[in-house]
Amino acid sequence: MKNAFKEIALGFNSLLTGMRITIGQFFKRTVTVQYPHETLPIPARFRGHIELVRDPETGQAKCYACKLCERACPSDCIIVDGAKIEGAKKKSVTVYKLDFTKCSLCGACVEACRDAAIRYSRDYNLAGLRKEEFIMDLFAKLEAEAPAAGVPLAAPARAQPVKTEPAAPAPTPMPQPAAAAPISDPPKREPVKVDAP
Amino acid sequence: MANLLHIISTEPFRLGLALLLIMSFVGLNAAYLVWVERKGAGRFQRRPGPTEVGYAGLIQPIADAVKLLSKQLIMPDGVDATLFRVAPLLVMAPSLISLAVVPFSEKLFGRDINAGLLLIFALGSINVMAIMLGGWSSRNKYAIISAARVVSQNVAYEIPTLLVVITMIMVTGTMDLNEIVRQQAGGFWRWNLFRWDVNPLAPVTFLILYICMLAETNRSPFDMAEAESELVAGAYTEYSGMGFGVFFMAEYANILLGCSVATVLFLGGWQSPVGIWSGLFWFLAKMYFLVFSVVWVRWTFPRTQFYSLLNLSWKILIPVSLFTLILTSAMIKIFARV
Repeated sequence: MKNAFKEIALGFNSLLTGMRITIGQFFKRTVTVQYPHETLPIPARFRGHIELVRDPETGQAKCYACKLCERACPSDCIIVDGAKIEGAKKKSVTVYKLDFTKCSLCGACVEACRDAAIRYSRDYNLAGLRKEEFIMDLFAKLEAEAPAAGVPLAAPARAQPVKTEPAAPAPTPMPQPAAAAPISDPPKREPVKVDAP
Repeated sequence: MANLLHIISTEPFRLGLALLLIMSFVGLNAAYLVWVERKGAGRFQRRPGPTEVGYAGLIQPIADAVKLLSKQLIMPDGVDATLFRVAPLLVMAPSLISLAVVPFSEKLFGRDINAGLLLIFALGSINVMAIMLGGWSSRNKYAIISAARVVSQNVAYEIPTLLVVITMIMVTGTMDLNEIVRQQAGGFWRWNLFRWDVNPLAPVTFLILYICMLAETNRSPFDMAEAESELVAGAYTEYSGMGFGVFFMAEYANILLGCSVATVLFLGGWQSPVGIWSGLFWFLAKMYFLVFSVVWVRWTFPRTQFYSLLNLSWKILIPVSLFTLILTSAMIKIFARV
């Protein structure tokens, strides 16, 4: 009899404890990130597909087609070609293709590169309808971004669903702190909500 | 204007007006309690809940209703067509009728019947039968299993409910809901929840009524009727479109009714807790607080096992409510203060 009452009291108390906890949660901030409207900050060491790095002085690709990355790639998904331009000291890249369907994002190419001429992009919206969309012409991409001086380095290749103001007014090519921060953060990717769960 | 008020308060108009108001009240509440439920579920899990349709998802219920109305009503092979069609109506109708006797404020009620409480609990048992009919007539094993569960659950929980109600009838000495509310005037210490003088276990009685109300309306943690993770959609498995929609609305209408009855019996109905400015506002505030607590309970506790559900009723609720009944009658007999 005594035990039965004790059990009831204990059980009831545990129910109240549960309800106290849930009402506590009720008044706390929500942790949901409403994805298309807001995004979490991309981690600094995010590994997207690779992209070519622009030399801030010349405005051309840093890459001089040494093909180390092509050789380092375990899945044979990089094709590099270059040509010697009259008067230049080094060769310059003319073809840089990445077959992203085969890439395993191992990063051997970035490690192999002696001059930090390739890096991980921060593009993660990579849904596509056709396989061909993932055979990327990185050189053409770099060239396409080149003309407008106002376009920041490594502007996103695809339209981002992030709510942003129009691209920030022409920043002069930033001096690249080579090793410290290999990924420059374009202003377009500024996180809207900084609330990691 | 006064003339018009006089006309609509005379009999045939009053009846029609009451019908209209109650039906729109139940319809709107059923739609927006779904919103409250989803928003509440979100908040309890630290999600925002519906946000896309309208401001804070406020148009979501209308979108849901349009969706349900535009769906085809599928009648599977081999169902008992008449019962299959009638069952949703039988679930909905009793709670609509019962709301006619609930006093929303001093003057706002459908009918002042001196056996209002009796009416509500007499009609309340039709609800069980209707869900059972719905499950039975769908010719589906999940629906039949669930219908059997509903019957045994509701029979088990009707006993403590009625014992509690009898206790309250003894305390108040009437079955007239208006009269019960009028007796509780003056402040929250006059509510039946705090009638220590005749029922020393009054809060326990209230708790029993509340638990039984959850079980009778098939709400989590006693949602055996629609145990969607075990029995597809329980007794409603074969229902589509608005057939299911009416069951869904009836669930919320029953919650509304249960909370109204609990408010009237224990929390003083439309009486103000401080003794001044009594009226509709206090009734709605108390009732919606209880409705919110139903949502709160749902998103706190997982569904119980079936036998622990029956154990709770037969081993705890019925003995305790029987004890309070005997205790109350003894108190009344000895002190005779009613």
